[in-house]
This record gives sequence, structure tokens and C-alpha cells, in this order.
Amino acid sequence: MTEDFTTKVIGAVKFSIFSPEIIRKVSAAKRITVPDTYDEDSYPIDGGLVDQRLGVIDPGLKCKTCGGGVGTCPGHFGHIELVRPVIHPEFAKYLLYIMKATCRSCKLLLLDADEKNDLIKLIEEEGETVLKPQIKRKNCPHCGEAIPELTLMRPTTFFKDKSVMLPTEIRNWLEGISNDDLRLLGFDPLYARPEWMVLTVLLVPPVNVRPSITLETGERSEDDLTHKLVDVIRTNQRLDANINAGAPQLIIEDLWELLQYHITTYFNNEMSNIPPARHRSGRALKTLSQRLKGKEGRFRYNLSGKRVNFSARTVISPDPNISLDEVGVPMAIAKELTVPMRITQWNLERCRQFILNLTYPHADYIVRPDGKRVRVNETNRVEVSSQLAPGWIIDRQLIDGDLVLFNRQPSLHRISIMCHEVRVMPGKTLRLNPLDCPPYNADFDGDEMNLHAIQTEEAQVEADVLMKVHRQILSPRHGKAIIKPQEDHVTGAFYMTNDDCEFTKSEASDLLAIAGITKLPKPDRSDKYSGRLLFSLLLPAELSLKMRTKLGEELVIENGLLIKGSIESKAFENQILERIVEQVGYERAKWFLDSATRITLEVLTRHGLSVSLRNYSVEGEAHTHLNSLLDKTNREIDAYILQFKNKTLQKNPGLTPRETLEEKIMEITSKARDASGALVEKSFGKVNTAILMAKIGARGSLLNAVQMSAMLGQQAVRGKRLKRGYRKRLLPHFKRGVIGGMERGFITGSFKTGLKPYEYFQHSMGGRESLVNTAIRTARSGYMQRRLVNAFQDVVVRKDGTVRDARDIIVQFKYGGGGLDFYSNPAELLEKKIAVEDEG
Amino acid sequence: MKKNIDYGEAVGVVAAQSIGEPGTQMTMRTFHYAGVAEHVPLGLPRLIELVDAKRVPKKVFMDVLVSKALAKDYEAVKTVAKNIECIKLYDIAKIQESFENKCINLVLDKDELEFIGVSGQDVKKVVEELGQKLEYDGRKGVITVYNKEETKGRVFRDLRKLTNRLKALKIKGISGLSKAVVVKDGNDYFVRVSGINLPEVLKLENIDLTKVYTNSVIDIEKILGIEAARNALIREIKQVLDLQGLTVDIRHIIVIADAVSSDGVIKSVGRHGLSGEKASILARAAFEVTVKHLIDASVAAKSDHLQGVAENIIVGQPIPLGTGMVKLRMKWFEVPEEKATEGEPSLFTKKRTLRKRKSISEDH
Repeated sequence: MTEDFTTKVIGAVKFSIFSPEIIRKVSAAKRITVPDTYDEDSYPIDGGLVDQRLGVIDPGLKCKTCGGGVGTCPGHFGHIELVRPVIHPEFAKYLLYIMKATCRSCKLLLLDADEKNDLIKLIEEEGETVLKPQIKRKNCPHCGEAIPELTLMRPTTFFKDKSVMLPTEIRNWLEGISNDDLRLLGFDPLYARPEWMVLTVLLVPPVNVRPSITLETGERSEDDLTHKLVDVIRTNQRLDANINAGAPQLIIEDLWELLQYHITTYFNNEMSNIPPARHRSGRALKTLSQRLKGKEGRFRYNLSGKRVNFSARTVISPDPNISLDEVGVPMAIAKELTVPMRITQWNLERCRQFILNLTYPHADYIVRPDGKRVRVNETNRVEVSSQLAPGWIIDRQLIDGDLVLFNRQPSLHRISIMCHEVRVMPGKTLRLNPLDCPPYNADFDGDEMNLHAIQTEEAQVEADVLMKVHRQILSPRHGKAIIKPQEDHVTGAFYMTNDDCEFTKSEASDLLAIAGITKLPKPDRSDKYSGRLLFSLLLPAELSLKMRTKLGEELVIENGLLIKGSIESKAFENQILERIVEQVGYERAKWFLDSATRITLEVLTRHGLSVSLRNYSVEGEAHTHLNSLLDKTNREIDAYILQFKNKTLQKNPGLTPRETLEEKIMEITSKARDASGALVEKSFGKVNTAILMAKIGARGSLLNAVQMSAMLGQQAVRGKRLKRGYRKRLLPHFKRGVIGGMERGFITGSFKTGLKPYEYFQHSMGGRESLVNTAIRTARSGYMQRRLVNAFQDVVVRKDGTVRDARDIIVQFKYGGGGLDFYSNPAELLEKKIAVEDEG
Repeated sequence: MKKNIDYGEAVGVVAAQSIGEPGTQMTMRTFHYAGVAEHVPLGLPRLIELVDAKRVPKKVFMDVLVSKALAKDYEAVKTVAKNIECIKLYDIAKIQESFENKCINLVLDKDELEFIGVSGQDVKKVVEELGQKLEYDGRKGVITVYNKEETKGRVFRDLRKLTNRLKALKIKGISGLSKAVVVKDGNDYFVRVSGINLPEVLKLENIDLTKVYTNSVIDIEKILGIEAARNALIREIKQVLDLQGLTVDIRHIIVIADAVSSDGVIKSVGRHGLSGEKASILARAAFEVTVKHLIDASVAAKSDHLQGVAENIIVGQPIPLGTGMVKLRMKWFEVPEEKATEGEPSLFTKKRTLRKRKSISEDH
């Protein structure tokens, strides 16, 4: 059994530079010399860049170093011997720094004894080199040699007193510097000698790192790195040939420089001052540096985020009939995903059945205690099932009640991923209780979500205790309910708890059965049941409250009995739901939400609620009022414009007359819209379903109704009346120089009456701004959040109750000042904790 | 009802998410404070500015509250405003360069002078401090300034230099503060002024030192210290969120403010601040500027000791957070035969270990 557990832990990762000796030592393919990959028979060339000692990527071949095939051979390094040293471009600035700090003749640090002692003392105090020694003398304090002026022309060309330095000269200089001096400069000479930064040997990565792909035509396409290495070898060979043939120095230096270019771009193809190496097609090559960097680089794409198995993704759709902590999983997914199940003496029979099953809930694999994995098929299933014993593990398909993690991107907060219980269903979408939409920020217009089957018992327990949906009813952001009754639930509950809502015995039994309540109480209105009584059955007996609702009524609940008032959104979520969570616990709150959902939706379905066009027409007296309101508004605007033109307008403090005018008009128009809102509300009254829904907080707002029935109101760009457009006018519909309400985006039409052409254009101007803003905002806030999370990810409450970061520096002595947990786990977890202790 | 927070709770991440998540719901509007500062960023831009610990915030302004006795007296407050506002020579005089006469004529605007309550003589005194030769014609209200030393061939250049110096010459008020406006708040008046000069304002008489306000966290840090800056940061972030109607628990904001100021200076959250100064090489490389961090680490042969979250994810180990923080290993024990009755098995009879169990997937 012990093989199942890894006992070793990575304690630290050390970074260093390979010396030429180490490169030669780790190299499995000594000296790669052929600038080519495969021969005509598409067989790897010995000494080429896909030499079989570097590992294999073609199925069927064996690695000549380790004997492994594809999948087992991890790949091995090779190396190229460079005929002339070449500077590693990423280290160039360090070379400059070292050479500036040392003498070219005696290779000693350009500090006299005192300065050196000061530096040593400083390093002792600080623990590491914090200051780069600044040298401002003209001669070496040790041998008197003049100090040359050194410059670096990026990326790799060094100048000494304005003449070019060859890499050989640089390497000689660096080799002479003592280890002690290097330590003072902040180097660790055991792991990073500066001369190693001038390459004499180039490490060739294994083929696994740069696999070639075969196109449909049968043609091979090599990786960018292989292309670059071919260039390096080819140039290296030409350089070698020319040196041996005694070619003139000029030609040799040209080739040397070319080799330097190839190696520079091999490491980083985005260096400034040199053109990037390109593929035949003109695309810039993706070389080592580019592989690591950025969002699609190795770090962020493969290391900070990893691909996983045992996951599924598809479109989501709503199902209010499943519990809020369930997820409906299509059969096709349930068949594909598996969960390991450890056999014990208690579940042995059940497991045996999974093995014997030929169809859906069956097990594909068993894992024996010795770690051997056996595939179960029709022929061996009976035999395997008879061998089963505690300690074995079977991989069985997903069944009802399994715990899975459910996630929707963007994962902006921790409740973007929660633990659900599986409920296998027909259909091809993942089903989700609409109550769970707010934490995921999901809707059903084509959203997709991801599902992960949890693979170990430890993780399942953790997910169950910490991540289960009903434990996230309270948002960690503000400690208030985020999973809460919405829309139709509120409307249904409001209708149900109205004074005149009654149900017959048969209706009441139906409703209660749907909510899962099997005991029918005594009727409270002769032989009929009031809606309030039925709703009260959902409430815990502990609940008592008194509040004023959004409609201004009084709502009274006494010992779990709704006595007076109608439920609206505020009462439903803030008062009832949050109180249940706090006073009774999450489980009860979950039951309340589930049953309330079913009962209210059923009530609403039976009663019916419709919204029609007539809901939005303002007629009769209200219409005249509206018209006179518009007239009044326009008159007021004109009056101010007249004042402005006569220069009699009273300036607002600190504003120009023009700004004052704009501000006044904005004020008037927004007042006009508010006034029309009041008008609409008054004329539609309590019978209008649209207004009613807005008032009880179920859906929509008064503003929606106003815009549909009365007027759109003032359109604005950048918080000001519309301005830009044609010369001295917004649109060609207007006269030049007129700055009245209509001409600057005060829209008096409504969606119901329809917009005039110019109103339509004005409305689209405002609409465009908000679209652009949304696009910009998502990008900006995404980056801000990435930075925030990155900066604070190590800030954790420690065992001593302090809040500290990764450096162990105290951020807070007690979390939030009082050390209290405001966002999770009230009463119920404490109970659970006690239960756990009993078991242990 | 509330309980103590569990150890291992990732309060930093939760705080960061709680502040960041509503970012998508925020507006990008700017606001103007009656004539003092226009386009004061609000919503998301302001929030970004705050967590970035920008050295120079976009628009800074101060509210100077006068002492209680004077707060209801409009005229008194107006006087304070007048005295605060920085008036430069440029604001009260036309500056005319005369290249023939190699001098500069300052034609004083009498109305403006009267408005701010300064006489021509006063202006002359200020200009004299530059040490240049000058003449003052009190009747015409013209000051003629000559360049003191005549450098050959550079006359025009020197003259223009002098002009620029004259333009920026402070006649009155507190430097750095422009546009002072009296604002009414309930029955009280106070002065709102654009720009910032905290030390000078605090020296003023007749003001309520405890109520001077500015939106510049950096200036508060410089003058009043890190604790004041932390409080200011909390207040400013809260204000941004409240204005958008977003509810975020104050404790999240406090964690952010405390973490940002825990080193005694306000650090920004980006690669130039907290994220760039992390001990872990891998965490820094995974954030931004990957290659530079790797190269720097290799030169000094640094080690990453995997203390944080990001680096443990990278090497594939449990993270030091929550349940991953518990260094506990339990012994496997068989359940005695007779105890095994019916019912579901207890979760705690199975071998459990902190470190990662080889996942089943790897065996495929």
C-alpha cells in the first residue's frame, strides 16, 4: 500500500548557470555536428539534431541512451562545441557590470583596501549584496593600469575605449577574476562563474522539447528551435572550415558575428537592435525566451495552470426542480467520467455489481493492491469480480450522489467553483438550479460550464465540507446572501402571501407535496388554507421578526408563522433567508430555498402572470400630464438658454457660464425623467404587473418602465449632453447653433411610441459609449484583479491567529481587528466539528 | 453567532477577489468637484490608481476646514480661500518681452491686483527678490526688468529664461494650490482647493487641523506617516466602492491596506511593488517579466524555498493554505473485525496523509 503515497517533497529549487564541463557531462549525445535531422528514409541521422541518443518521438524507435520508447524516455541533452566563444545575450549586462568593476590587467576588484572592507562589512550586515559598487577612479588601485571606458551596444557587442572587444578577450578577462571578488559583486562563483556566460559549448535540448510534426502530406515540419540549432551548427562549421583554411581575419570575424546572431536569437528572438530570425513564411521564430514568457508561455500556460483529466464541459440550462446543491449531468458525461472507489468490507457487494454490470453504472478498471491495473471486459468480469477484496480500487462511472466541482469562467471569486452532487439525467446539457446563477454569474444564453469529478476521498471530503453550494449562500465579499430567491420566486411568494390568497384542500396538498411536506395542517380559513399559512410551513419555528416591507406594509413573523404582510425581495433574502442561515444553519437554509423555489413557482404557474403591451401605454389623463411635463421641461431649458445668451445666467461657483448652462440643463432633464417616473407609477398603480415586479424587487425597475412608456430621457456621452457630430450641430436634422434640449439628446419619445430618426441616432450614441466602456472595463479590471490576487495570494491566517505574508511578516495581529470570521460557517459547522470529534 | 476565523484561511486572496470582482460592474465616469478639479477619476480608474500607489495621482485636491467658530461665516471662509490660492505673476500681469531694449515689461492688471488685495509696490518687492535691475512706474503700473548680467551672444536666450522665471513667480498664497472655491456643507462653509501642499496648509491659522482632507494618499504618507496613509487608503477605497453602490466588507479593504503598508511604506501591487519583491523566484517569473527573474536568480545562484502559493502550484505540491497547511500524517489502522457492523464506513478509518497521493491518472 505504501507505493500509493509519495513521501518525498521538493524543498527548494536552485537556479544556476551550467559550466562547459557540466554541459559536456550531462550531454548524452556528444558533439552534435550534422546540421540536419532525418535522412531520405526519414530515419534520424546520427550526430544530427534528432540523434536517437537525444530521445525519441517516433513510435517504434528505442532511445539509444535509456532504451525507453515514446512516453517512457524523458529525453536527453546533447551539445554543440562552438569553435569560437559567443556571448550569451541574456547575461550581457552582467558581463559589463563585472568588467567595469575589475581591472583588465591584474583582474582585481577596482577598490582599495578600505573600500573593499566597507563593502565586506555591508554585505555581512545585509546578508547579500545590495549595492553595486560604483567605481569612479581612473587607474587600478593595485597595478596602476588605466581603466578603459567600457560600453555595451545591445544586445552583445562590447566596446573598450571605442574599439570592439572580441568574446575571446572578454572570456580571458573574466577567467582571471577571483572567487572572492566575485562574491563581493553578488555572484556565487561555485554556481555561476562569469566566463560561463561566454559560451564555448551550447547545450542542445532533447527532441521531446522540440518535437517535429508530420503534416497530412507526409512532410515533416521541424520545431522553431530545431531550425535555429541547424543555423547554429551550419554557421559553426563554416567558421571552423574558414579558420582551418586560414581565411582572412575579416571573413572569420563576419562568420563569428553571424554565429553570435544565431545564438542570440536562439535564446531570445525579441532582442532590441537586432532583427528577429524568421521562418520561411516570414513569421518570427518562437525561441527559448518566447517559450517561457507571457500568457501563453510555459509559466502561465503550463505551470501556474495545468490541464486536468476527469473533467467535462458543455452548455448549461436551468432546472428549478433539482436541489441547489445538485447538478444535472447528462448520461453521456456520466458514462465517460470515472471515480475511483476503494473497496471495503461494507461496499464489497456493491462494487462487485459494478464489475458485473455490462451497462451504465459499471467499472472499467480495477487496481489491485500491488498497483497493477486491470481492464474489466466481458470475458474476465466474472473472474475479476470473484477476486475482489477490501483494499482494491475500482474505477466506476459517475453515479447519483457523487461529488463534483462545478466551475464557470471567468473565475473572479472563490464561489466561481463550488461542489455539487451529481444527478444523472437525460438530455445533453448540464442542469443547474437557477438559484446558483449569481455566484457563477451564469445565464442560459449559451453559457458553458466545466465539471470535475473528484478523484480522492480526501478531496471529496474537503469539497463536501468546504465547497458545497449551500455553504456559500453567504458571499465572502459582504457576508450577505448571494444565493437567494429571485425573480419568479419573489413574485410567487408575494402573490402567495397576499391577504386574499387562499387554497382549497386539494390545491394545498398539491403545493405541499411539491415542496416535500407531507403533513397537511389544519385549515385556517374555514375549510380553506391561506397562502401565508402554507408559506409559514417553510419557515423554522425559531424565526420571529417584524419589519417594514418595500411596499411600506408591516410584515410580522412569530415563531415561524407569517401573520401579517406580503413577502417581497428584501424580506425574502435579507430577513428570512439570512436569519435562517444565522439562526439555524446552512442545511435548513438549503431546504428552505429548495422548497420555497418549488412552491412559489408552482403557485405562480397556476395563477399565471403576464405582461402585455398595454402595461406600457400611458393613456388619458396621465398622457396630458406627461405632455405638459415635457412642455414645462422644454420651457425651462429654453429659459436658461435665453439667460445664457443674454449673459444674465448666474454662474455656478468655479464654472464658466457655458458649463453652468450644461449643468443646469442636465439637472432639469434628469428631474423631468424622475417626474415622469412618478407619473407612470401613479397612473399604472398596483394592478400593473410590470410595475408590481419592479416594486417588490423581482425584476426590472421603474426606470425600465419609464423608458418604455414615457420617455427615454437625456442621452449622454462622457457624462455630458451629446455634442460631437456635424459642424455646430449634432445631426443634420437640426439647425446650426441651436443648443436646446432636443438638439442635444433629450429624447422625449418612448420605446412604445417609437423613436424619431434623430432620437434613434442620439440613443445609439449613448449606447455606443456604454458598449465601448464595457469592453475596456473588463480588460482593465481583469488585469487589476490578476495583480491584486498575485500580490496577496500568500497573505494567510497563521496558526497563531496573525495574518502574515510569505516572508512571515505580520500584516495584521488579528484578522480584521477582531479575528472573527464574518463570511463563513456560523452555527452549523460548530455542530459538525463536535460530531467529528466524537467519531475520532 | 460569529466564530473565530480558522487558521489557513486565505484572507489575502478573498480580499483581493472581493475588491476585484465588482470591478466589472464599476463605471468609468469621472467627476468634477465644483470648479476645483475636473475629471477626478472615479470607479475603476480611481481604484486602479489607489492600488497602484501612483506617485502622482491624476487630480489631487484638498478640503480645508476652518475652525468651528468661523465655519458659518461665509466672508471669513472666503478670506481663507483668497489667502490660500496661489497667485503667480502671470495671473496678474501681462509679460511683454522687449528684445530691442533687452528688457521685460510687466504690465500689471489693476483690477486683478485689487481683487486679490495686493499693491503694485508689493509686486515690485517680490520681483526685486530675483536680484535683477528693475524700474517701477507706479502711475502706469509697469515694472521693467533688465537682465542683470549681459552675456554676449546669449541675450535672447537669457531674456526668455528670465521671462519664464518671472511667469512662475509667486506673488501670494501657497505654492501648489490653485483654484480655491468656497463650498457649502449644510450650514457650514469650507474651502476646496485644487493641488496639494499639506505642510503649508497645516501651518495656517484659523483652520481645523483635524479635519483637513486630501485625496492624495502619497502626500499623507509623506507628511503624516504610514498609519495615516493606511487609514487614508482604507477610506479612499471604501469611498470608491460606496459611490458605486457596491458592498464590500470593510475587513477586505483593511487587509489590502495593511498588506500594502506592512513594510512601512505604501507599496504598489504590480510588478514594481509587492509582486516584484516576493522572495520566490518562481512566483515572480510566473507573474511578469519572466526571463529577467530567472537570469538574475541564476547569477546569484539563488534558491526558491517554495514558501508561497504560486511556487508550490508550479512544482505540483499542496499549497500552504487552508487544509494544505496542516502538516499531519495519520497512521493507517485496520478496523477491528467485530466492530465492523453495518452502515457507511467512517471517513477516518482510511489512511490520510498531507502530501500528495499519487493520482490515479498517472498510472494510466
